[in-house]
Amino acid sequence: MNSEQQYIDLYNEASGMLKRHAAEALNAVRDRAFADFKAQGFPTRKVERYKYTDIPALFAPDYGLNLNRLEIPLNPYDTFKCDVPNLSTSLYFVVNDSFYNKMLPQAGLPEGVIVDSLGHVATQKPGLIAEYYARIADTREDAVTALNTMFAQDGLFVYVPKHVKIDRAIQVINILRADVDLMVNRRVLIVMEQGAEAKFLFCDHAADNRKFLSTQVIEAYVAENASLELNCLEETHLKNTRLSNVYIEQQANSRVNHNVITLHNGVTRNRLDLVLKGEGAECHCNGCVVADKEQHVDNNTLIDHQAPHCTSNELYKYVLDDNAVGAFAGRVLVRQEAQKTISQETNQNLCATKTAHMYTQPMLEIYADDVKCAHGSTVGQLNDAAMFYMQQRGISKKEAKLLLEFAFINEVIDKMELEPLRDRLHHLVEKRFRGELDKCEGCDLCK
Amino acid sequence: MLEVRNLHAEIAGKEILRGIDLTVNDGEIHAIMGPNGSGKSTLSAVLTGNPLYTVTEGEAVFNGQNLLEMKPEDRARAGLFLSFQYPVEIPGVSMTNFMRAAINAKREYEGREPLNAADFLKLMREKRKLVDLDSKLAHRSVNEGFSGGEKKRNEIFQMAMLEPTLSILDETDSGLDVDAMRIVADGVNKMHTAKTSAIVITHYERLLDMIKPNLVHVLYKGRIVKTSGPELAKEIEQHGYDWIKEEADARYDD
Repeated sequence: MNSEQQYIDLYNEASGMLKRHAAEALNAVRDRAFADFKAQGFPTRKVERYKYTDIPALFAPDYGLNLNRLEIPLNPYDTFKCDVPNLSTSLYFVVNDSFYNKMLPQAGLPEGVIVDSLGHVATQKPGLIAEYYARIADTREDAVTALNTMFAQDGLFVYVPKHVKIDRAIQVINILRADVDLMVNRRVLIVMEQGAEAKFLFCDHAADNRKFLSTQVIEAYVAENASLELNCLEETHLKNTRLSNVYIEQQANSRVNHNVITLHNGVTRNRLDLVLKGEGAECHCNGCVVADKEQHVDNNTLIDHQAPHCTSNELYKYVLDDNAVGAFAGRVLVRQEAQKTISQETNQNLCATKTAHMYTQPMLEIYADDVKCAHGSTVGQLNDAAMFYMQQRGISKKEAKLLLEFAFINEVIDKMELEPLRDRLHHLVEKRFRGELDKCEGCDLCK
Repeated sequence: MLEVRNLHAEIAGKEILRGIDLTVNDGEIHAIMGPNGSGKSTLSAVLTGNPLYTVTEGEAVFNGQNLLEMKPEDRARAGLFLSFQYPVEIPGVSMTNFMRAAINAKREYEGREPLNAADFLKLMREKRKLVDLDSKLAHRSVNEGFSGGEKKRNEIFQMAMLEPTLSILDETDSGLDVDAMRIVADGVNKMHTAKTSAIVITHYERLLDMIKPNLVHVLYKGRIVKTSGPELAKEIEQHGYDWIKEEADARYDD
């Protein structure tokens, strides 16, 4: 039996229950997603964008799904102390795929801003959700997105009205919590109206030492002159598989800063599709990966320049130790109408052992004739001359290695705009390299 | 201080050092001169434990310790310092973090507490003055974007910070203008005591006018073929190495 068959059977059997426990606006696209999923099946490694991660194998095991929305007992505030010092955030929790609405931040958000359960808003304001939901996350073209759309029942919805600037960062802690091996299909929808500004920090944690398979689809619509900073930090464990597909659409003169940081995980595949649709839009997409043991981290990006005078910058850096496997495939597409594009794509990697593997594939596809674009990638080892130089000053080999790795990865951390988050990451990454960070500090959740 | 006997070393199967004998006593300054490719830098690399080189024969004793059995970092902590001919740029590692790691590694080796932040910064300021190193450089990454002269002054600054008992200066004068050379030489002279020693590798007599050696050695084809007083440097400056090479070639049949 193919691994997709169990999901096809499940949908055929359970779609009635699934729909009863979900909002109409989310159900509206479900059958279409199912048809798209059936038509595609899971992508094998022969599919270009899934070349580096074996998707059918990841879906083969038997996972439970919580389709009838049983409440999972957990008070995140009791156990969760993993804050970022000096960063005062509006803190929200999503447990598996459910927005946790029992305790919401005291400090109010500016008028008109919505941060709420996607399922709830879909019931209250179906028109608003229907306008955006599953529009850029194309189910015809990615089976994981199709599967997520088939099964998604809740998640997070954020709406920032015209010209509203949210100063305080919105922090969303995604907690995986279960007593059985669990599949979670989480959905996030962010709508930024003209001139709106917001910063997000998503942190993924696993509260139980079970096998989790989570799919996540984030859609973000960034209107003219709006500004979005989206930071995603993953700190889970080796039994965790995460397939995260992020779709961003940018209108004229908008600005996006997207940072994805993987410190602990099992298998991760992050897909980013970012479309620069309006003139003068600008995006900065960065990735930071520190992996060892058997971790597998695959970042697959597409930056689609559809309009003139847009700028895109990508910097992804990996440090791989032990038997870790890293992959980066980044395609930058500059369409014929996208004149005066400025684009820079860089992927740099450090393999600290002979058994660590890095696959890198920067791609630049240009159809316009007046652009400034560059791409490049490197895979290297630690610089022996620098190692000896440091040892000659009395610094141990271990410490010298750490200083070099830390220096290497800092470049990408420094691209992040939230200063307290940068400080926090410097600290976390240093502890990660020292092997002192098997779980995040002060947090009882990560096991 | 240092006793080297019959030291042989090779790199990638090629023998570079072919029996070095060298004794450096406390408080002495030795100069090592010699034509290009004679093995001067190899000698400094082997003494400091550069893993690119393999010692095939001989021994080196540093203050009673068998140097060749020690890890490079332990040799440094025990008081051996090399001013690199080509200091290495380390992007992303700040001079401050680098020096703090080095100082505290040495203190730990000596069984002392790590230096607190205030005392460390005070020490940095003090030693920086010694070689007239711009405070801005101390905030940058190690050697990154430093000019040739700044790199060499930075080596002497590190030497001042770590207070080694035996310093090897490998062509510290190369690429320096007269003023910079004066600053470097003054720095080295100020640090010199009856308890510390130095090995100065150079091509030019000018540095040896500023740092007065007790003995001058000539290294040729991996051996020390001539040892004499400071006047030897002047002779080499005037006549070159040919006469020494002839003597040596007549003595060794290889």
